[in-house]
Amino acid sequence: MKEFLVKVLVEPRPGLLDPEGQAIEQAIKQLGLESAHDTRMGKVIAFKLHEESLSQARERAHWIGQKLLANPVIEQFSLEVEAL
Amino acid sequence: MKAAVVVLPGSNCDHDSFHVLSEVLKVPTDLLWHEETKLDQYDLIILPGGFSYGDYLRAGAIARFSPAVLALSDYVAARRGLVLGICNGFQMLTEAGLLPGALARNVTRQFICKTVALTVENADTAFTSELHVGERIELPIAHSQGRYVIDPEGLAALKHNRQILFTYADENPNGSLEAIAGVMDRDGRVFGLMPHPERNAEAMLGNGDGLRLWRSIVHACQEVYV
Repeated sequence: MKEFLVKVLVEPRPGLLDPEGQAIEQAIKQLGLESAHDTRMGKVIAFKLHEESLSQARERAHWIGQKLLANPVIEQFSLEVEAL
Repeated sequence: MKAAVVVLPGSNCDHDSFHVLSEVLKVPTDLLWHEETKLDQYDLIILPGGFSYGDYLRAGAIARFSPAVLALSDYVAARRGLVLGICNGFQMLTEAGLLPGALARNVTRQFICKTVALTVENADTAFTSELHVGERIELPIAHSQGRYVIDPEGLAALKHNRQILFTYADENPNGSLEAIAGVMDRDGRVFGLMPHPERNAEAMLGNGDGLRLWRSIVHACQEVYV
């Protein structure tokens, strides 16, 4: 068994109104980055796994992303998986 | 008739629902710790309001894997009784896929706690039979993730099947799609709403409008399930 670090990036689905993203964008602009736009607020869930291979770790991480970590009605997710 | 109010870590409206059922309506009611899975003995299951698991990840996202909430899928599939999800309970029902759509963060970014006016959209259900279509009632809301969201196909199905039971009247406090405040499943046995009928079920706590929902539900259970 090898150890893998998984990072699941959960974001609001494209087109979904994101009030937190809007509030953050206002602050970014106030601090001088006036061209900031399309700001989206998501979350990262990081965990470690013991699995046989990178592909198996990816598969397990994808499964839990769908089952628990993202709600497909309002969110989408992507994965970063690296061997430790 | 027998009812159960599921108690999860972080539930805080469980005793309010318990009080309305057991004290006001004299229905034998159990407070059911969320690790219980024997739901068959109950004609009515309440998923109460609160902040189960601290609303971590998403409101209701962790609670929906509680043993009692997992057991609810079989309870619903078997058409054993009625299920009412209030506020956090509504969020659990959407997370569990027992109701369509999802509840996103309020458009105002604020936690909103106040009494709002609702329009009754469908009174021909087990949950609303003592109300009238088009009537306005008042119930309190108290949530930060109550913006109802659903895709266009889902919205069309909700309308076609008359699954929208309440909409916000006057103002749309959380930015819900089409001001939707509560939806029912297609089978008419599972209902979730963001407003709190248990907090306005006695004249002491407002005008008592919420009691008419509870009466509808208890009446339906007594007629059909006992």
